[in-house]
Amino acid sequence: MTAGTDTAYRSTTSAARDGFAQLVHAEWTKLRTVRGWLIGLLVGATLVVGVGLLAAAATHASACTIQSATGQPVCHGIPAPTIGPGGEAVNDGFYFVHQPLTGDGAIAVRISSLTGLISSGDAQPGQPMTGATPGVQPWSKAGLIVKTSTTPGSAYAAIMLTGEHGVRFQYDYTHDTAGIPGAVSATSPRWLRLARSGDTITGYDSLDGTHWTEVGSARLIGLPATVPAGLFATSPDYQQITNHLGGGESGTGGPTQATARFDRLSRQGGWSDSAWTGTQVSGDQSLSGFTQSGGTWTVRGSGNIAPQVAGGSDPGQGLERTLIGTFAGLIALIVVAALFVTSEYRRGLIRTSLAASPRRGRVLAAKAVVIGAATFIAGLVAAAIVVPIARHMLRSNGSVVYPTSTYTEVRMIVGTAALLAVAAVGALALGTILRRGAGAVTAVIVAIVLPYILAVASVLPVGAGQWLLRLTPAAAFAVQQSLIQYPQVAGDYTPTNGYYPLAPWAGFAVLCGYTAVALLVAAVVLRRRDA
Amino acid sequence: MTAVRASEPPLLDHRGDPTPSQARRERWADLQDALHAEWTKMRTTPGAACLALSTLVLTAGLSAAAAAAASYTPGAAQDPTKISLTGIDLGQAIIAILAVVTISSEYSTRLIATTLTAVPRRITMLAAKATLVTGVVLAAGTAAVLTSVLAGRLLLPGNGFTTAHGYALVSLGDEPTLRAAAGSVLYLALIALLSLGIACVVRDSATAIGVVLALLYLFPILASAVTDQHWQRHLQQISPMDAGLAIQNTTNLHGLPIGPWAGLGVLAAWATAAMLAGALTLRLRDA
Repeated sequence: MTAGTDTAYRSTTSAARDGFAQLVHAEWTKLRTVRGWLIGLLVGATLVVGVGLLAAAATHASACTIQSATGQPVCHGIPAPTIGPGGEAVNDGFYFVHQPLTGDGAIAVRISSLTGLISSGDAQPGQPMTGATPGVQPWSKAGLIVKTSTTPGSAYAAIMLTGEHGVRFQYDYTHDTAGIPGAVSATSPRWLRLARSGDTITGYDSLDGTHWTEVGSARLIGLPATVPAGLFATSPDYQQITNHLGGGESGTGGPTQATARFDRLSRQGGWSDSAWTGTQVSGDQSLSGFTQSGGTWTVRGSGNIAPQVAGGSDPGQGLERTLIGTFAGLIALIVVAALFVTSEYRRGLIRTSLAASPRRGRVLAAKAVVIGAATFIAGLVAAAIVVPIARHMLRSNGSVVYPTSTYTEVRMIVGTAALLAVAAVGALALGTILRRGAGAVTAVIVAIVLPYILAVASVLPVGAGQWLLRLTPAAAFAVQQSLIQYPQVAGDYTPTNGYYPLAPWAGFAVLCGYTAVALLVAAVVLRRRDA
Repeated sequence: MTAVRASEPPLLDHRGDPTPSQARRERWADLQDALHAEWTKMRTTPGAACLALSTLVLTAGLSAAAAAAASYTPGAAQDPTKISLTGIDLGQAIIAILAVVTISSEYSTRLIATTLTAVPRRITMLAAKATLVTGVVLAAGTAAVLTSVLAGRLLLPGNGFTTAHGYALVSLGDEPTLRAAAGSVLYLALIALLSLGIACVVRDSATAIGVVLALLYLFPILASAVTDQHWQRHLQQISPMDAGLAIQNTTNLHGLPIGPWAGLGVLAAWATAAMLAGALTLRLRDA
C-alpha cells in the first residue's frame, strides 16, 4: 500500500559515447566485415588497373606508308615527338631565311602579301601540290623570328602575320599575343619589328613603319650570344572532319603552303654581312624556298610552329588513355556503394542502425564518409599504379603519349580517385532514396557512363555531345583530361579526341553538385520516412 | 466404363510411371500453370508496369532528343534511322532492371522458396519467367520503337534531313528501316534474356545489374579508346551492344565491323550463353 522506496533498475555500465567518430567506426566495421563488399572494392581497383593495362597492351601503333616503287606498305613506329622548351610535344616545321645576329640588335620589315596553296585530298605522293587550290590557312604564318638554333624544338620568339588572325607575337610554342587584326594587301601592308636586348626579345607592329606599337616581349632563358634570326613562312596541314556512322569522326587533310612577300628590310646592331641562308627546320622541304631580287624577298614554307594537339594528323594520344579502366572500376564501386545502404533495408539492419543512432542524418553522413574514403583510397592506389605502367607499355608499343606536367599527372590520378569516391557517395544517396539496389545502380551508371558513350561513340553531332559533357555527371571525366586546348592552334577539339568542354575541376564540380543534391534529398527522405 | 477407358491413351505405363506422351502433356500443363503464376505476380506488383512505362518514355525521349539535336552535314554519310533509334541505348538499361528483378527480387524476399515448392521443375519456372519477360519487353519495346521512329520522322526533316539533301523520310515502309525497327525490338528482348540469365547466376539484383551494364557499356568505351583499328573492329564484333545495335544501320552497310543480322546473332549468342549458365546454376545450386 505504501509507496515503496525501490528505485527502478539502472544498468551500471556507462552509456556508450555517441559521437560522430563512433558512428564512422561502426559503419567502417560493417563495410570491413562483409566479405562481398571488400571483394567488390578490390574488384573495382583491379578493374581500373587491369582494363588500363589490357587496353595499353592491345595498342600497337605504327605509321604505314605505301612505297611507290613496290606498292607495298612500309610500317614503322611513330617517331618520338619534338619536345619544346616547356616539355610539351611541339611541331617545329617552317622555312627559315636567316643570318647570324651577335649581341643586341633589331630587324624590321614590311609584309605586303600572304597567299597560299591547299593540296587536294587525292594528291599523289611526291607531288603534294598537284591539283592544289589557292587559299591561305587561318593560322598560316609569316614574319620575323629569333631562334636559339635551327634545331627543331629550340626556343624562339617571333612577330608574324597570320592568315586570318592578324599580327601575333608568339614565343616558345605555347605563348601567343594578338597585335593589329585584319589581313594584308598591297595597299594595306603591315610593318613588323623584332628587337633583341640581352635575352629579351620584343615584337612590334605598325601600319606605316614609323609609329610602332609593342605587341609583346619574351625572355628566352639561355639565349646564346650569336643566334640565327630572319624571315620565316609556314602553313599548317588542313583538316576536313567527317562524321562517321557508329561513332566518332575522322579527319582527312594534306599539306598547305604559304607564300609571303617582304620588302623594306632594315637592321640595326650586331648583324654580319654574310649572305642570307635558307633552312628548312624539320618537315617537307619540297614546299619551301625563297627568292631575293633587289629589296624584295619571297619566302615559301609549309609546316607549323605550335604545340601538337590530338586528333587529325598528329598521331599521339593523351595520358588519360591509361585511365580507361576507370569506367569498369566505377561500375563495381557503384554496386558496392549502393549495396552498403540497400542491404540494410533488405535485412532490416537499418532499424538497428537508426535505433543505435536516432539522429538519422548523421548515420547517412557516417556512411558517406566511410564509403567515400574507401573508394577514394581504392581509386587512388589503382590510378597511381596504372598510369606509369600503362604509359610505359604504350610507349614501348610504339605509341606517342604526349608528355604532361607533374601537376597534370597528379591532378589526373587524384581526380580519378575523387571521381570514383563522389560517384560512390552518389550511389549511396540514391540507394537511400530508392531503397532498391537495382534502381540505384542503374540510375548512377546511366547518369555517368551513358552520356560519355553518347558523346564519344554515337551518332550524335559533336555539339550535342559537348552539351552532354557539360550538363550530365559525365562532365567529371574532364578531370582526366591531359591535353591542353590552344586557341592559336587549329585542331579537332572534340570529346572523341580527349578534349572536354569544361575545365578539369569545373567538370568534377558538376558531379559534386549532382551528388550533393542527391545526398540532401536522401537526408530529408531518411528523416521523414518510416524506416 | 472399361470400354471408354480403353479408347483413351494410357496415362501410366506398366511400372506406374507416366508414359512419354503423358509426361509431355504434364510438362506443358506445368508450364501453363507456371506462366499463369508468374503473370499473376507481375500483374499484381507495380514494379513491372512502372518499368515498362519508363522504358517507353525514356527510349522515346532520348530518341526525340537525338533527332532534335542531329544536324545535316554535307558530305557526311548520316543514318536518319539510326539517329531515330538512339533511345535504345538508354531503354535497354530499364529493360535490364525489369528482367533482373523478375528473378532477383524473389531471392531477396525468399519468395523463391515458395515458387520452387509450387513449381518444382526449375527449368519450367525459368522458362515461364523468360516467356513472360520476353512478352512484356516485346510489347514495351514495340511501343518505344514506334514512338521513336515517329519522333525521327517528325523532327529530322526540320534539321536538314530532307529529300533535297538526299534523305528520305524515316518510314517503316522502307525495308532497311523496318528491319532496323523490328531488330531494335528483338534487341531489347535479347537484352532481357541476357539479363535474366545473369541474374539467375548472380542472384543479387544490384550486382546483377552492375554486371549487365558493364557488359553492355564497357565494350563501346574500350573500342573508342583502342587506337589499333584491328582490335577496335574485333571489340565491336564481340561486344553485345555494338554488335547487337548493328541491326539499326541502314546506310553504308559494307563499312560496318559486322553485318546487321550477324550482329544481332552475336547478341543472341551472348543471351543464349547467359540463359544456359542461369539454367545450369538454377538446377545445380540450392535455392
